[in-house]
Amino acid sequence: MKNLLAKINNSKYFDGFMPVLAALSALAIGAVMLLFLGVNPLVAYRAMWVGAFGSPNALAETIVKAVPLLLIGLGICISFRAKVINIGGEGQMIIGALAATAFGLYVPEMPGWLVIAMAMVAGFFGGAFWGAIPGFLKAYFNVNEILSTVMMNAIAVQLMNFFLRGPMIDPNQAELLSKIPQTARLPEAYHLARWLPTRLHAGVIIAVVLAFVVYLLLFHTTLGYRIRAVGFNPDASRYGGIRVRRQIVIALLLSGAFAGLAGAIQVYGLNYRMITDGSATGFTGSAGFNGIVAALFGGLHPLGAIPASFFFGALLVGANSMQRISQVPSAFVIALNGLVVIFVVSSAMWQEARQRKRRIAEVRDDPAPPPPEPNQANQDVPA
Amino acid sequence: MITDFFSATVLIGILASGIRLATPYLYASIGETFGQRSGVLNLGVEGQMLMGAFTAFYITLRTGDVWLGLLAAIGVGALMGFAMAFVSIHLRAVQGISGIGFYLFGLGMSDLLFQKLLGEVKTVSGFRPVQIPFLSDLPVIGEIFFRQNLLVYLAFLLVPVAWFVLNKTTLGLKIRAVGENPQAADTLGVSVAGIRYLTVTMGGVFSAIGGASLSIANLNVFQQNMTSGLGFIAVALVYFGGWRPFGVLFGALLFSMVNSLQLWMQILNVPIPSDFAVMMPYVLTIIVLVLTVGRVRGPSALTKPFVREG
Repeated sequence: MKNLLAKINNSKYFDGFMPVLAALSALAIGAVMLLFLGVNPLVAYRAMWVGAFGSPNALAETIVKAVPLLLIGLGICISFRAKVINIGGEGQMIIGALAATAFGLYVPEMPGWLVIAMAMVAGFFGGAFWGAIPGFLKAYFNVNEILSTVMMNAIAVQLMNFFLRGPMIDPNQAELLSKIPQTARLPEAYHLARWLPTRLHAGVIIAVVLAFVVYLLLFHTTLGYRIRAVGFNPDASRYGGIRVRRQIVIALLLSGAFAGLAGAIQVYGLNYRMITDGSATGFTGSAGFNGIVAALFGGLHPLGAIPASFFFGALLVGANSMQRISQVPSAFVIALNGLVVIFVVSSAMWQEARQRKRRIAEVRDDPAPPPPEPNQANQDVPA
Repeated sequence: MITDFFSATVLIGILASGIRLATPYLYASIGETFGQRSGVLNLGVEGQMLMGAFTAFYITLRTGDVWLGLLAAIGVGALMGFAMAFVSIHLRAVQGISGIGFYLFGLGMSDLLFQKLLGEVKTVSGFRPVQIPFLSDLPVIGEIFFRQNLLVYLAFLLVPVAWFVLNKTTLGLKIRAVGENPQAADTLGVSVAGIRYLTVTMGGVFSAIGGASLSIANLNVFQQNMTSGLGFIAVALVYFGGWRPFGVLFGALLFSMVNSLQLWMQILNVPIPSDFAVMMPYVLTIIVLVLTVGRVRGPSALTKPFVREG
C-alpha cells in the first residue's frame, strides 16, 4: 500500500492534480470561514454548484464569465513564461475595449463582420500598446514591471472615466442629470453571434481557438522558444544570441494584446457598449486579476488555462447564487481566489522536488553507456 | 480663480493635507523596506492594509477605544505578515505571485467581513488632532505640521528610527547582510530564515497600521476596497526611494503632495478635467521611476528564496 502511494506520488500524471489539491485546500479553508460566519458550508457550496451548472442558462453564464479569464490568462501564460509579471491586465483590457468601442461607434457604416473583425484588431492593438509601455520601460530603463503595470492600471481607469463621461458619452445620457458613464449602444449588425436565449456568445470560440494558437506559439515556434528561454535563464539566453530586451517587450506586448482583445470581446459580445461605475472593476469585473489566477491554476499552459478559466468562471457565477441563497457576500469568492493562488504557488516546491526525484530515478534505471576504453580505440589506428 | 489658488490659505491647506496623505504610505513603505532589504518582496501590502483598516475600524466601533482598534489591527497584520513569510521562506513560493494571492485574500476578506458585520458605511471617532504645545502656534509651519493626529506624527518619527535600525544597529546589519548575501550571512551564523520572518511579519504589522491610519485617524470610515491601489503604490515607493527610509520619505511626500494638489484643484474648480488630475501622481511616479531606478541597485537577494547548499 505504501509502495503504491509512493508510486502515485512519483508519477508524472500526479502533477496535474496539484492545482486540484490546491483548490480543494482553498475550498476547505473557505468552509471554515463560512462556519465562522454562521453559514453551513455544504448549503453554500451546493448553492454555488447549482448556480454555476444547474441549468443550461447557468452553464452558459459560466462560460461567458470564463471567456475574458481565458483570454487574459493566455496573455499571462506568455508573459509569466518570460518571467515578466504583468499585473496590468485591468488597464490593458480597458484600453483595448476603448479602442474597439471607438472603432465601432465612429467608423462609417461597413458590413458587420468587417467591423467586428477590425474592432477585435483595434482591441488587440490597444491592449498591446498599453502592455508595450511597461515592457519597454522594463527592458530599457530597468523599471520593475509590477509597479509600472499597477500605475498603468490607474491611468487607464482615469482615461476610461474621461472618455465615457466626456467625448464618448451616450448622447442620451449626456442629456440626463444622472450621466451614467457609458457609450452609445453599438448597432445590432456589429454584435457577436449569440446562442439565444442564453448570453453565450461567439467570443468563446475565439478564445478557445486562440488558446491553441498560443500553445503553438509558445511550444512550436522560435519566438515562443526565445520567450521561454529568457524566462528560464536570461544570462544564458543572451549568451546564446537571443535579444533578451526585445523578448521582454514582446512578452508584455502580447500579454497586453490578449487582455485588450478580452476587453473588445466583452463589449461586442456581452454589453454592446462600454459602461463603468468609475472604477476599473466596474468595467472589467476584476478579470485582469482573476485571469492571472486562472493562468496559474492552469499551470501557465495555454491549454490548461481552458479548464482553469472554466472553473473560475463557475466560482464567480456560483458566488452570485450563493449570495442569493445563503446570504454570503460574493466577496467570499475573491478571498477564495486569493487562497487558491497562495496554495498553487506554495505547492510548486513539491512539484519541483518530485520532478527532480523522477529525473534521478530515470538516470539510475537507465545509466548512460560507459565511455569506450581508450586502449581499444587506439588499436584501430595503425602505429 | 488662479490667484485664489496661490493664496496662503490654499497653499497651507495643500501642504497640510499632503502631510496627512503621506501617512499610510510611510507606514506601509517603511515596513516593506525592511522586508525587501532582507530579500523578500511582499506584494500583498494592499491586502494587509485593507485587513488592518477593517479590523481597526470594527474594533474601535465596537469598543469605542481607538487603541484597542489599533492593537487588533497590529495583531491581524502580524498574522498576515507571518503567513506571507511562511509561504516565501519555507514553501519558497514565487514572491511576486504569492503577494497577489494575499492581496486578493485581503481584498475579499475585508469586503466579506464589512458586509457581514457592518452592512453599511459608518463613521467612528478615531484619533483626534493633537496640537503640539508652542509648535502648533507657529505661523504657517504650525498649521502644516503640528496640528495633525497622533498616527501622522508617529509615521514621520518612524523614518529616522528605521534609518537608525537599518544602518546603525547589529540587527540592521544582519537584515542587510541577509538581503545582499544570504550564503555569507548563513556561514557567519546569522539565521537567514529568522531575520526574514522578523522583517516580513513586521512589514505586515506596519501595513496594517497604515490601513488603520486611514480608517481610524484620517478618514474615520471603512469602505470596500478603500485603499484602492495605495498598497501597490507603497511598494513602488520603496523602489522609488532606493530602499532607504529617507528616500521613501521623499517619495511618499512627493506623491502625496501632488495628490493633495490635484484634490485642491478639483475643490477650487481649476479648469483641468478631474480625471487627468487624478492621473497626475501615477504618471509622475512612472516618470520618477524611469529617472531613478536605473541608478540605485536593489538588494541582491531580493525575491530569491534561500536554500542552504548541502
